[in-house]
Amino acid sequence: MDSRRAPRTVIDPKVRQVGFFAPPDRSQSVPLLQNSNSPPSPPLSDLSPSGNSLSPVMIPPPRHLSDLSSRAVPVGFPPNRLLSPLHRFSGESVIPVGSYNPSEFASPSVGDFFEEKNAQSPGPRRSRGVGGSGKFASSLPAGGFELPPEVKPKSLTTVSVVSNLQPNVTEKVGEQSNESQDGRGANSKPLKEKTSKAERRALQEAQRAAKAAAKAEGNAGSGVANSVNTKAGKASKAPVQKKDNVSVAASEKRGGERMTDKDRKKDVPHPRMQFDDTSRVEKAKKRAVVKQTEVRNRVELFRHLPQYEHGTRLPDLEKKFFRLNSVHPAVYKVGLRYLAGDISGGNARCIAMLQAFQESIMEYSPPKEKALNRDLTAKLNSYVSFLIECRPLSISMGNAIKFVKSRIANLPLTLSESEAKTNLLSEINKFINEKIILADKVIVQHAVTKVRDGDVLLTYGSSSAVEMILLHAHELGKKFRVVIVDARPKLEGRLLLRRLLGKGISCTYVHLNGVSYIMSQVTRVFLGASSVLANGTVYSRVGTACVAMVANACGVPVIVCCEAYKFHERVQLDSICCNELGDPDAILKVQGREEINDLKDIANDENLQVLNLTYDATPSDYVSMIITDYGMIPPTSVPVIVREFRKDQILI
Amino acid sequence: MENTYLSVIFHSTKSYIGLKVVFFCHSGPFRILVKRSFFIEDLIWRELLRHIGILFIHHSIIHDLSNKLLGVIFIIIMPDTHALVNDFLNQLKKRKIEGSKATAKLTAELLRSVISQQRIPHTNQAGALIQAIKAIGEQLIAANPVEVAVGNIVRRVLHIIREEDLSLTTASIGGLSLHPMSDDEDNVDPDDLSAAAVAAAARSTLRAPSLQTLLEGVPHSAPLHQSSSSAGDSEEKTKSTDKNSRSRKLKHHVIETVNELIRDITTCHELIAEQAVEHIHHNEVILTLGSSGTVIEFLCAAKEKKRSFRVFVAEGAPRYQGHTLAKELVARGLQTTVITDSAVFAMISRVNMVIVGAHAVMANGGVIAPVGLNMVALAAQRHAVPFVVLAGIHKLCPLYPHNPQVLLNELKSPSELLDFGEFSDCMDFGIASASPLLHVVNPAFDYVPPKLVSLFITDTGGHNPSYMYRLIADYYSADDLVLQQRPTS
Repeated sequence: MDSRRAPRTVIDPKVRQVGFFAPPDRSQSVPLLQNSNSPPSPPLSDLSPSGNSLSPVMIPPPRHLSDLSSRAVPVGFPPNRLLSPLHRFSGESVIPVGSYNPSEFASPSVGDFFEEKNAQSPGPRRSRGVGGSGKFASSLPAGGFELPPEVKPKSLTTVSVVSNLQPNVTEKVGEQSNESQDGRGANSKPLKEKTSKAERRALQEAQRAAKAAAKAEGNAGSGVANSVNTKAGKASKAPVQKKDNVSVAASEKRGGERMTDKDRKKDVPHPRMQFDDTSRVEKAKKRAVVKQTEVRNRVELFRHLPQYEHGTRLPDLEKKFFRLNSVHPAVYKVGLRYLAGDISGGNARCIAMLQAFQESIMEYSPPKEKALNRDLTAKLNSYVSFLIECRPLSISMGNAIKFVKSRIANLPLTLSESEAKTNLLSEINKFINEKIILADKVIVQHAVTKVRDGDVLLTYGSSSAVEMILLHAHELGKKFRVVIVDARPKLEGRLLLRRLLGKGISCTYVHLNGVSYIMSQVTRVFLGASSVLANGTVYSRVGTACVAMVANACGVPVIVCCEAYKFHERVQLDSICCNELGDPDAILKVQGREEINDLKDIANDENLQVLNLTYDATPSDYVSMIITDYGMIPPTSVPVIVREFRKDQILI
Repeated sequence: MENTYLSVIFHSTKSYIGLKVVFFCHSGPFRILVKRSFFIEDLIWRELLRHIGILFIHHSIIHDLSNKLLGVIFIIIMPDTHALVNDFLNQLKKRKIEGSKATAKLTAELLRSVISQQRIPHTNQAGALIQAIKAIGEQLIAANPVEVAVGNIVRRVLHIIREEDLSLTTASIGGLSLHPMSDDEDNVDPDDLSAAAVAAAARSTLRAPSLQTLLEGVPHSAPLHQSSSSAGDSEEKTKSTDKNSRSRKLKHHVIETVNELIRDITTCHELIAEQAVEHIHHNEVILTLGSSGTVIEFLCAAKEKKRSFRVFVAEGAPRYQGHTLAKELVARGLQTTVITDSAVFAMISRVNMVIVGAHAVMANGGVIAPVGLNMVALAAQRHAVPFVVLAGIHKLCPLYPHNPQVLLNELKSPSELLDFGEFSDCMDFGIASASPLLHVVNPAFDYVPPKLVSLFITDTGGHNPSYMYRLIADYYSADDLVLQQRPTS
C-alpha cells in the first residue's frame, strides 16, 4: 500500500503540473512536423517552457486528454488494452493535428480508431508507423513526447529539475520508443506504458543516474549533446526497467494485472460518491473524462451531490470522442445522449445502456491469457464510470449493471469466447425483454383492470408504463378521461399530452399547483416510478410526492406502476440524501414566458441559489398499491419482492 | 362686487373638468367662498387656485358669512358616483385590479365618495346611508364574487356607519343617563327601559349572533335602521335643536372612520412586518411559494432587524411571482434558494417555517390562497412545519366557505400553461362529440382548510384559525352578514 501511496501523494501536486505542462502537447503537433526532419530537442527545450507560460489558459483540453487518457485509462486497462496505448499514440499523434481541422482528419482518425480496435498484432501497425507517411513517422516520437508530461513530473519532485531535465527525458523516452520499435517487440513498450509505476520508478532511477550529466549539458540543449546524454541515460535505465518489469510482472502480466485491477477499482467512482468529501472529489475530478465545472452557487444542503454546469460538458466531451479509447463508441454515444438529455426515463435509459453494452460485448474479445469474465467486468466498470460522469446512474440502471456483471461472473469458464459472448448477449436480451418489455406488458394487464368506464385518471409527468396503460385501456374501449399534471422545468407532461391527444383520448392539462383543484374530480392516480425502495418509498420524478400527497388527502387511490427490476434494497426517508441535481439555468428562465426574467440579471449573485431537483421520495403511506410484473402489491411488500428478485437474479 | 362670495360645494372627485368650465364662465371680479365639504381631491383644489381667488372657510363658520354672501351657488358637480361605480365595476369585471389590498383600498375610496355625495334625509340618516352602500355593494360584489375583499370593505363600511350612528346616539343619550355603554361587554341586565336600552339593543345587533343575544331574546337580525331611527326619533323629540349638526356629524364621522380604514389598509403591511422578529429566529429556514407584498415586507423587516435566515422560494407557477420575490430578497442580501414548485415536498423536511400570503381568510379560519398553497400546507403538516399565513385584516371575510375550491375560485387563461399555437388543433379536436379533447385548467386560488394553518399574523396580532370567527364580530355587523345573502340569493 505504501508503495502505491507514495507516488499517489506525489501525484496530486504533480498532476497540476501535468496540466501546466500540457501546452507542449499541443505545441508538439506543430513542432513535430519539424522534428521529424530536424533534431527534435532544440525546439522542444525552448518550446515546452515557453508553451507553458504562454498558454495555460488557451489549451485546456489537451491537458485534460493527457492526464486523463494517458493516466486514468491505460492504467486501468487490461492486456488487450495493453496494445492500445501504442495504438493510441499513433492515433493520438494524428489527433492533435486533427484537432486543428477536425473535418479533415475525422475520417482517417476514425479509421485508425477502429483499426486499432481490431488490430491485435503489433506487426501491421508498426509497419504502418514506420513505413507510413511522414505524419506517422512523426507520430511515433509524438508518442514519446506524449509520455513525459505524465511520467516526468511524477518522477521528479522539484520543478527546477523538471525544467532542466525535460528535454532529456522527452528525448530519452522518444528514443526509447524508437528503439523499442526497432529492437524490441511491442511487448516492452506497452508494458512500459502500462506498468506505469514500475516504469516511473525505473525512470526516476535512470534520471537520477543521468542527472549529473543532464544537468551539465541540459542547459546547452543541443540536439547532439542531448541525444548522447539520453543514450547514456537510457543505457543505465533500460536494465533497471527490465529488472523492474521482471520483478513486478513476475508471472508476466499477472502481477501488473492485479495491480491495475486494484488501481481500477479505485478509479471507478463509487456510484453514490459523496461530493462534499473534497479530497475524493478532487481525485474523481482528476480521473474524470468529462470536464466538469461546478455550478457557481451551490445549495448548501446538496453539497454531497454532484452538480456541474450543463452547457460546458457536452461540447467538451464531443471533442474528446477520438481520444477516449477506453470507452466503446456505442457506450460513448449513449453517454452523450444522457448528457444531452435525449434519453430520459428509467426504462429508456436502461435499455439504451444495455444495448450499448451488447454492442461493445459483440466487438469484444478478451486478451490472451486473460479470463474473459474478469476482463469484461473491468471493462464494464470503466464504461459505467464514464456513464456516471455523463449523468448519475438511475437505480434501474444500477440494477441492470449488477445483473450484467453477475452474468459475466457466472459464465462457466469452459465456454469458448464466442459462446460466452453469445451467452451474455442473449442474457442481456432476455433481461431487456423479460424484465422491461414483458414486465411492462404484465403491468399494463394488471393496471387495466383498475380502469373503469367514466374514470378520471390522473398522472404526473410522463411515465412510459402509465402511458402504455392509458393507451391500452383506450384500445379496450374504456371511457375515461385523463388529467395530466405537469411541472416545471421539464414539462414532460406536454409530450404525453400530445401523444394521448393524438390517440383521441380526452385530456385535461393542469399545472402541479392546480392539483388540489382538480383532485376532487379524479378517481384514480397512476404514477410512474424511477425506483421503489425497500421501505416502500417511491423514488420518482420530483413532484410525484406532491401529487400522491394531495391524492391521499383527497382520498383518491394512488397506484404506482413500476417494473420489479427497478426495486432496490436501499431505504430512504427523504429526498435529500440521495438525489440528482439538474441544470439550475432551466429554472432561471421560464420556457415560453420571456417576460419572466427577474432572475436573469442576478444569476451570479452569491445570495441566490437555484435548486433543480430531479427526484423525490414519496412516503409509502401515500401509496395505495404498487403494480409490478409480480402483480399488485402493497408498498409494504416491496422488500419481499426485492429479496425474491435478487435471489432470482443471482440463481437463474 | 368685490366682496361677492359664492359658496361652492363640491362633490366631485373626477369630473373637475366640468368644474373648470364653470369657473371659466364666472371668473369675474368676485371671490369665491368655497365650503370645503368633506373632502375634495387635491387636484381640484389646485385647479381652483389657479383660476380664481378662493377663500377657504371651514364649513362651521359659513353661517357667520352668510350675510355677506351675494348668493349661494351650489355647483354640485355631480360626482357621478354612478360613473365612478361603473368604472370600478368594469375594472373588477375585467380583473384589472390585482391583489386584495389594492381592491380593498379602491373599494373603500369609492364608498367614501359615495357616502360624501349621498344626500341624507333628516330622519333615519344611517338607514339611508346603509341602503345606498348596500345597493352599490351588491353590484360590486357581483362584479367579482371571487374578490372577497370588496365584500369585506362594503361590510366594514356598513359596520362603520352603524357604529358611528350608535355612538352618536349613545353620546346624546349619555348626556341624560350615566354611561350605560361603558360596561357593554358584560351587559347582562336588560332592565333599562329608557332609550339607553334601545341603544343597547341596537348595540347588540352589531355583534355576531351569540348565545347571549339569543337568550336575551333580542331580535338580533332586526334591521338596524329601524332601531337606530327609533333611537334617532326618540332623540329628535328631546333634542330637535341640533338636528342639523347631527346629520352633518354622522356623515362626517363616517367619512373620518372610512379614511381611517383606508389608512389601515395601506399600513397593514407595516403592522404585520413589525411582528416579523417575533416569529423568525436566527438561522431559520423559511419556505414560501409565489409572492405577496406582505411576505416581502415581512421577510425584509426581519432582515432589517439583523436577523439572518435563509429562504426557499418556490416559484409559484404559472405566475412565477417567486422569481420577483427572490430578486427582492437577494437585493436585500438574504440567502435565497429558488426551487420549483414540485420540489416543495422534497425540501419541506428541511424547513422550519412556511410563511405565505393569502387572498382571503374565511370565517372558519380557512384560507383562500394563491394556487399551490394547499399542496404546501399539506406537506408542511406532514412534516410538522408551522404554516403561517400573513393577512391584513381587510382580507378577513365574514362568510363561511362552501366548496371554496370551486365556488371561490377563478380559472385563468390556459395560455399561461400551454402555448395556444402548439395545441390549437387539439383544443377543438373533438371528432365524435362537440366537446374538445383538451381542457386546460388553470385555477387561480387554492383553499387551505383551517386545520392546516398554524397561525395567522394580521395587523392586529397573531391569531389561531379557530379565533377568526371572533375577530369577525369585531369588524362586521351581524346584520350585514345576513343581508349579504340577499344579493346572491
